[in-house]
Amino acid sequence: MSRAELTEPPAQAAKPAPGTRTPTPLWTLGLLRNELGTTLRRWRTIALLGVLAAVPVLVGIAVKIETSDGSSAGGGGGEGPAFIAQITNNGLFLVFTALAATLPFFLPMAVGVVAGDAIAGEANAGTLRYLLVAPAGRTRLLITKYATTLAFCVIATLVVATSALIVGALLFPLGELTTISGTRISFGEGLGRALLIALAVAASLIGIAALGLFVSTLTNSGIAAMATTVGLLITVQILDQIPQLHAIQPYFFSHYWLSFADLMRDPVYWDDLIRNLQLQGLYAAVFGAAAWARFTAKDITA
Amino acid sequence: MAELSTADGDMAGERGTAGAGDTESAGHTAKAGDTEADAAATADTGDTVIATRALTKRYRGGQLAVDGLDLAVPAGSVFGFLGPNGSGKTTTIRMLMGLIEPTSGTARVLGQPMPRATGAVLPHVGALIEGPALYGFLSGRDNLLRYDSADPTADPRTRRSRVAAALDRVGLTAAAGKKAKAYSLGMKQRLGLAAALLQPRRLLVLDEPTNGLDPQGMREIRSLVRELASDGTTVFLSSHLLDEIEQVCTHVAVMAQGRLITQGPVADLAAGARGRLVVTTPDPGDAARVLKEQGVSDVVVAEDRVTAEPPERELAEVNAALVTAGVRVRGFGVERASLEDAFVALTGEGFDVAG
Repeated sequence: MSRAELTEPPAQAAKPAPGTRTPTPLWTLGLLRNELGTTLRRWRTIALLGVLAAVPVLVGIAVKIETSDGSSAGGGGGEGPAFIAQITNNGLFLVFTALAATLPFFLPMAVGVVAGDAIAGEANAGTLRYLLVAPAGRTRLLITKYATTLAFCVIATLVVATSALIVGALLFPLGELTTISGTRISFGEGLGRALLIALAVAASLIGIAALGLFVSTLTNSGIAAMATTVGLLITVQILDQIPQLHAIQPYFFSHYWLSFADLMRDPVYWDDLIRNLQLQGLYAAVFGAAAWARFTAKDITA
Repeated sequence: MAELSTADGDMAGERGTAGAGDTESAGHTAKAGDTEADAAATADTGDTVIATRALTKRYRGGQLAVDGLDLAVPAGSVFGFLGPNGSGKTTTIRMLMGLIEPTSGTARVLGQPMPRATGAVLPHVGALIEGPALYGFLSGRDNLLRYDSADPTADPRTRRSRVAAALDRVGLTAAAGKKAKAYSLGMKQRLGLAAALLQPRRLLVLDEPTNGLDPQGMREIRSLVRELASDGTTVFLSSHLLDEIEQVCTHVAVMAQGRLITQGPVADLAAGARGRLVVTTPDPGDAARVLKEQGVSDVVVAEDRVTAEPPERELAEVNAALVTAGVRVRGFGVERASLEDAFVALTGEGFDVAG
């Protein structure tokens, strides 16, 4: 999904005027490259990625200490994130556990911060007006910002997964693993599943990324946009736990997040995974369109 | 390369048509006919770089920031856009740059409508709007690289060399690698200017470009503006500093409370304001009495200087009357009005009063 976003030439306001040469599509990608580099050079982004990388380390060490006396992780009572009990048998499970632990909050929070900051942060610093008179083009800038946020979703997820894989390999044995369905698969196939799961987790963040981008077009304060997005995330997570709201819960962007565990079934149970992707696509379409409508009609006074 | 030559060809063509329309556009400011408006605006592409018609902006909440502005900036001019803080200068500039949608009226920049043609117009425009805005965590050079990559018409192959040239032009080469947050206000202002100079521009819009600069920096900016103007770039310079405008501008427009009060060549404006009749004499009391008897109004005595509104009649007769009455006259004449006098005469108030 994010590949498609990355390679898609941004839709410029399609009016080639006389006197200006039409830019080659490749040149417009320069902004995306620069945007990615700029985002990844912010201290805030580096700190967020650092926190995400630290989660698997903490989980890994905790499990190692807890099981050093021979008992099983999670006290055998099914407490803790998914797959945590299997980590001692196979370090690869730390990848799944770490993703399950970060997906409800840490990952979407990081994405919410980056997405919320996308437009509002530039407006706050005053740099938005200079990008627009450069002229970046409002649609092009918005698409670039969204593509960058999606790229960040992938990067953040891969940071968690990679960190977990390294920690898991260092602290625990690796080898064949047992799926949820009880079948055995080879370590190589397990790695493939881990990558698929990472991508499913990254795709789960498409919705909140679009939501954050929309919020970001509503205000000139980066902090306000980040706080609103993270606030919405928490609110939706809480509402998703209230049984009386079950009628609307399937429309919460977080409702099918944990469906990525279905990739560890044999055969894979696709229904919820596909529903998750559809829901994320819906959020991207609705809030992407709303962000576009808002941003292209907005007076830039900051 | 093929693309480049077409672009040049088109531009030459544009100038050609503009030249043909010269005779017509001379009378265009007088014309108010709606049907002719568009034709006139197309015709004067080449000699009017900015043209607005009844440009109005009313913010939410009903505040009228800009009210029926008719601005005409001739090509090749250094156009001073003058007005107290809060008079609508920046709102106007934001509308010209396509950042703000006008409530009503039209704005044309380089012959094309704004904000509709931003993508075609703005690559030819360098702008410094309401002070510089930079990414503090990036170096000066990286700031410029970012702004340049935001321009889809900027060739990435020449990016580094153009950035280096722009840095050199504003004297920031030595500080190019420093993080922008460590820059002084003056250095930030220079970096903002460098961003406006990344490409050859047909129009430079500089909003208060000398804000935060020391006198040396102000002089440098002024000479840079003159240098750019001599290359044929039109410079639209907003300021609330009268002498800045008087020193570099060929044309001037004056705004107050969202309205355009006047516009035209600087010389005309200063000439339009009436000078003062000044009599220097050791007998100021007698001189004032005689002047009043001669029907001269607004007589003001200050030590040995008596100033007054110049009368309609022959000044020599007034002088003769003074001498006949036994007033010893050391000096007699009309002092030319400064731009400041012109401004006070136009707005009826001191300059630094916010609108």
